[in-house]
Amino acid sequence: MTALLSLQGVSKRYGAVKANSGIDLVVDPGSIHAILGENGAGKSTLMKLIYGVESPDAGSILWKGQPVTLASPADARRLGIGMVFQHFSLFETLSVVQNIALIVPGRQADLARRIRALGAEFGLEVDPEAMVHALSVGERQRVEIIRCLLLEPELLILDEPTSVLPPQSVARLFDTLRALQARGMAILFISHKLEEIKELCDTATILRGGQVTGRVTPRDHSAKDLATLMIGRAMPPPLPATPQAQGEVRLELSGLDYINDDPFGVSLRDVSLRLHSGEIVGIAGISGNGQQELAALISGEVMRPGDAIRMMGRAVGGLDAAHRRRLGFAFVPEERLGRGAVPDMSLADNALLTAHSAGLVQRGFIRRGPERAYTAAIIAAYDVRTPGPEAEAAALSGGNLQKFIMGREMMLAPKLLLASQPTWGVDIGAATDIRQRLVAMRNEGAAILVISEELEELFQICDRLHVLHKGHLSPSLQTAATSVEQVGSYMIGAGA
Amino acid sequence: MNAVDFILAGMLAAATPMLLAALGEMVVERSGVLNLGLEGMMALGAALGFITTYTYDSHALGFLVAAVGGAALALVFALIVLGFVANQVAAGLAIGILGTGLSSLFGKSFESLTISGLPKLALPLLSDIPVLGALFVQDVVVWLTLLLALAIWAVMNHSKLGLIIRAVGENPHAARAIGFRVLRVRCAAIAFGGALAGIAGAYASTVYTPLWADGMIAGRGWIALALVVFGTWATGRVVFGAFLFGALSLGELTTQAAGVNIPSQLLACVPYIVTILMLAVISSNRRRMRLNTIASLGQPFEK
Amino acid sequence: MSISFTRRAKASRVAMLLAPVVAFCCAIVASVILFTALGKSPGQALYSLLLEPFLSWYNFSEVLLKMAPLLLIAQGLAIGFRANVFNIGAEGQLIIGAIAASALPVWYPMGDSAWMLPAMLVMGAGAGMAWAGIAALFRTRFNANEILVTLMLSLIAAQVLNYLLLGPWKDPNGFNFPQSVMFPDAALLPILLPGTRVNVSLLLALIASVLAYVLMRHRFSGFQLLVGGLAPRAARYAGFSETRAIWMSLLLGGLAAGLAGASEVAGPLGQLQRSVSTGYGYSAIIVAYLGGLNPLGIVISAFVMSVIYIGGDNAMVSADLPVAAVWVFQGLLLCFYLAGLTFIRHKVTWIRRKVAP
Repeated sequence: MTALLSLQGVSKRYGAVKANSGIDLVVDPGSIHAILGENGAGKSTLMKLIYGVESPDAGSILWKGQPVTLASPADARRLGIGMVFQHFSLFETLSVVQNIALIVPGRQADLARRIRALGAEFGLEVDPEAMVHALSVGERQRVEIIRCLLLEPELLILDEPTSVLPPQSVARLFDTLRALQARGMAILFISHKLEEIKELCDTATILRGGQVTGRVTPRDHSAKDLATLMIGRAMPPPLPATPQAQGEVRLELSGLDYINDDPFGVSLRDVSLRLHSGEIVGIAGISGNGQQELAALISGEVMRPGDAIRMMGRAVGGLDAAHRRRLGFAFVPEERLGRGAVPDMSLADNALLTAHSAGLVQRGFIRRGPERAYTAAIIAAYDVRTPGPEAEAAALSGGNLQKFIMGREMMLAPKLLLASQPTWGVDIGAATDIRQRLVAMRNEGAAILVISEELEELFQICDRLHVLHKGHLSPSLQTAATSVEQVGSYMIGAGA
Repeated sequence: MNAVDFILAGMLAAATPMLLAALGEMVVERSGVLNLGLEGMMALGAALGFITTYTYDSHALGFLVAAVGGAALALVFALIVLGFVANQVAAGLAIGILGTGLSSLFGKSFESLTISGLPKLALPLLSDIPVLGALFVQDVVVWLTLLLALAIWAVMNHSKLGLIIRAVGENPHAARAIGFRVLRVRCAAIAFGGALAGIAGAYASTVYTPLWADGMIAGRGWIALALVVFGTWATGRVVFGAFLFGALSLGELTTQAAGVNIPSQLLACVPYIVTILMLAVISSNRRRMRLNTIASLGQPFEK
Repeated sequence: MSISFTRRAKASRVAMLLAPVVAFCCAIVASVILFTALGKSPGQALYSLLLEPFLSWYNFSEVLLKMAPLLLIAQGLAIGFRANVFNIGAEGQLIIGAIAASALPVWYPMGDSAWMLPAMLVMGAGAGMAWAGIAALFRTRFNANEILVTLMLSLIAAQVLNYLLLGPWKDPNGFNFPQSVMFPDAALLPILLPGTRVNVSLLLALIASVLAYVLMRHRFSGFQLLVGGLAPRAARYAGFSETRAIWMSLLLGGLAAGLAGASEVAGPLGQLQRSVSTGYGYSAIIVAYLGGLNPLGIVISAFVMSVIYIGGDNAMVSADLPVAAVWVFQGLLLCFYLAGLTFIRHKVTWIRRKVAP
């Protein structure tokens, strides 16, 4: 049997970073093939090469045994390759059918009919006339998949498709993918979630540091074996859960309503929660359900006067971010470059960004000595791999920059810490380190609110959980007393 | 001729230079690029158009040369902001200064020379309507400009090309990921905008006031930029705004004709003041701005 | 094979220093080609433009005289540009500053109070600030784009100047020229270098440069402006007020331009006339960029730009070049410089594609 797609010695580098080196990959027709690897292993780059977004520096790509040059995604689509992107390639100001008409030929009225038909057949229902900005993340994924299917591909690539789905919907997506496989379509499934790959995939190619470290049949291996191939050692052990005595209320949201000015954003309805010193509370939910808005309201980046938000016993709705920080609040945002750090500034200046209150400024003058010393202390204490305080933030890897920002905020010894998606795009080693530090901080009496998409992470570190869905917050759930299924049902708005 | 007739007869022609430039800029901005050099490209077009028309006695040739000149200057801008990924605001200012300078340089020996404008064409039937009839007696460029506005509206809203331009303007990274050549689309849009700005300038110097005077564009490029914001990047509203400004710019002459004694310099400020107020009214509706604003406007695109 | 830019890990200092120099050379080459095409003698033009300003003490002192307003305005503008607040209406703020400063000597043409001059400078600076403050108000209150508003305000200011000079402030004994009365001695800036027209405004500009340096390099408020310019969301995250940055940028820019306007009428002009507006406000934008928006770099670029101004005046006579040639040169200079800036953060790589056999 000729392989549908095979890659031979494919390499790609960006500047000094070797994203892929000497990758060999064989995908058989009609198979579901996993690409497994942690963040930064080179999975996304590999997919971009296969889909023609980027061109390889070396190596060859064969389609049905014939060498091909993929100069653009249009070339890839012509061969019969479709791709569903992790951060979707949809346009919010266009309607569903307009988004699809961008790459699928045909009149829009005909396309709309075909979208409905295909949706009904594969469980991917979506309104063709809806504007994309009005769709939920899950619906957007359906649009992406439909857009590929309309071109009748022989190979469908999905990049981390389950990261935007609640647990129940994952099963539904898998049904869809199996139905497609039954039609003879091959699927390339990119993920870092071991259990999903064991459940769905026929074969797996494992990447680490831009190289292939294994080709296995996932059903025949334990999750532990797969993890070892993926990260080069055994998975770190789970954290010990030590319940803490709770102290005073550090953050209180009572009936917080927020009407978003931004027509593309989410409004919050009647959000209430209490966070005490000595506990970690998690906000679960798929991104795009109001997480950004909630974080901005708590951090003071968006101000709404009133007493719906109280910190350390004070109403802070009308205070800006700097004022709230003075009360003992610190914040690690989900976007590192451009929000948590200024890309073109040195780490020293990035320390000054929020740690200026730690004696780095005197009478309005910046004190360069203490600024440097403070930065060096963060770098040392939080194991940030960098040439030094003069390095620019943009030059750091995602994981290192996250450790730096986390360190900067934690070294201020805040009474209340908000961490939004603390381990997004971070490799497993760094993620484990970050989680341990959050727990250690809780043990010292800080109040910590964690907003995360990763259920596993929240179950690992949180004392209590809430679920955010369409701007509405679920009641508080004791982590020890709840289950993934219960949280999952809140994630789709089904309630308890 | 009373003031109403005067304004009806003249506002379309007065609006045309601003409208042409604004339509081009609208397409450029929809692709995600802010070209502040409109004034310079118009000035260059005005000089080249006048010189060519004067020398070869052909308006058509004048417009052609002006379009090529405007597009060429725009391509310099494209090279700087797309090729060299430079700050679009600064590059736009540089092109503005360069274009204005080139315009004076080329036009130097044509100062105060005159040529003949274009004849007015009356639309049958419509031009016979009492009072409003004056509106339908215009030169051919005015009519063509209105047709062009219609064509741009159709392309932007009902064609695949329009979808591609909008996609590139909203999210260039996603557009690239599904295979559109962002820089090519933007470059083409910039050249188109430059050609229209050149034609706009040539209309001002060879038809609207067919005589060469240095600095004759007099801020109309900047007003055209404001018109794009006023129109919130929608063709119909840009056309409406241009007509409004066409009428306003005649106000100076009208009040003088009506014998109202206000110093002409202060009357000349009216369009500028209205521009500021108009920007404030439109921009203060943040929700509406967010709905219409081009998400990647002014941001450099790197792979 | 294809050429592409790849990002450097760290900004290149060499490229930072080379960019303006290379841009200058490229602009000269381009101008020579252009002037030759227009039938002018490029040798004579270059000689007048670049050498003559240094060949006599008088010419050189005129360079220093021109440098004062360019330097002052550019320092003010650069602060805003670094904060991503684009005040391009310094020309208007300069005009309004000149008008406000002229009010006193126009109303008291025989005045001899020692307070006259300081009052004029304060009025000029204040008026420039107020004029720019309109743009700040419209931007912060109504979200109106400051680029367009400051420019419109410039066009308005030019008309107000025309109105005053043709109407109420016209010198009754001025043979109908559009200019005000000559100012009394008490309204004139003291001369700094005897025997020249260079006055203390150069000193003011140099002091402003030092202050700008301290602000942008050592003050926390300057750091806040920088963050706002480089990463607006990071500024919001840290709680640095955007409203404050906008007001501060525009007011400082207006202050500098207004003061420059006052210094022009109280300096070389000695009266209010149309030539107070010769495009310093626009040239200062180029000066600011060419100096890398860096207070020290701006001192150098202001000097270079005033050489070009004086050289351009010379070239008008000796090489028959119109004034516009100076604008063309400035435009080219900025174009080349912006292109050259790319090399600070990027390096060129030639990618040779290895195609599979």
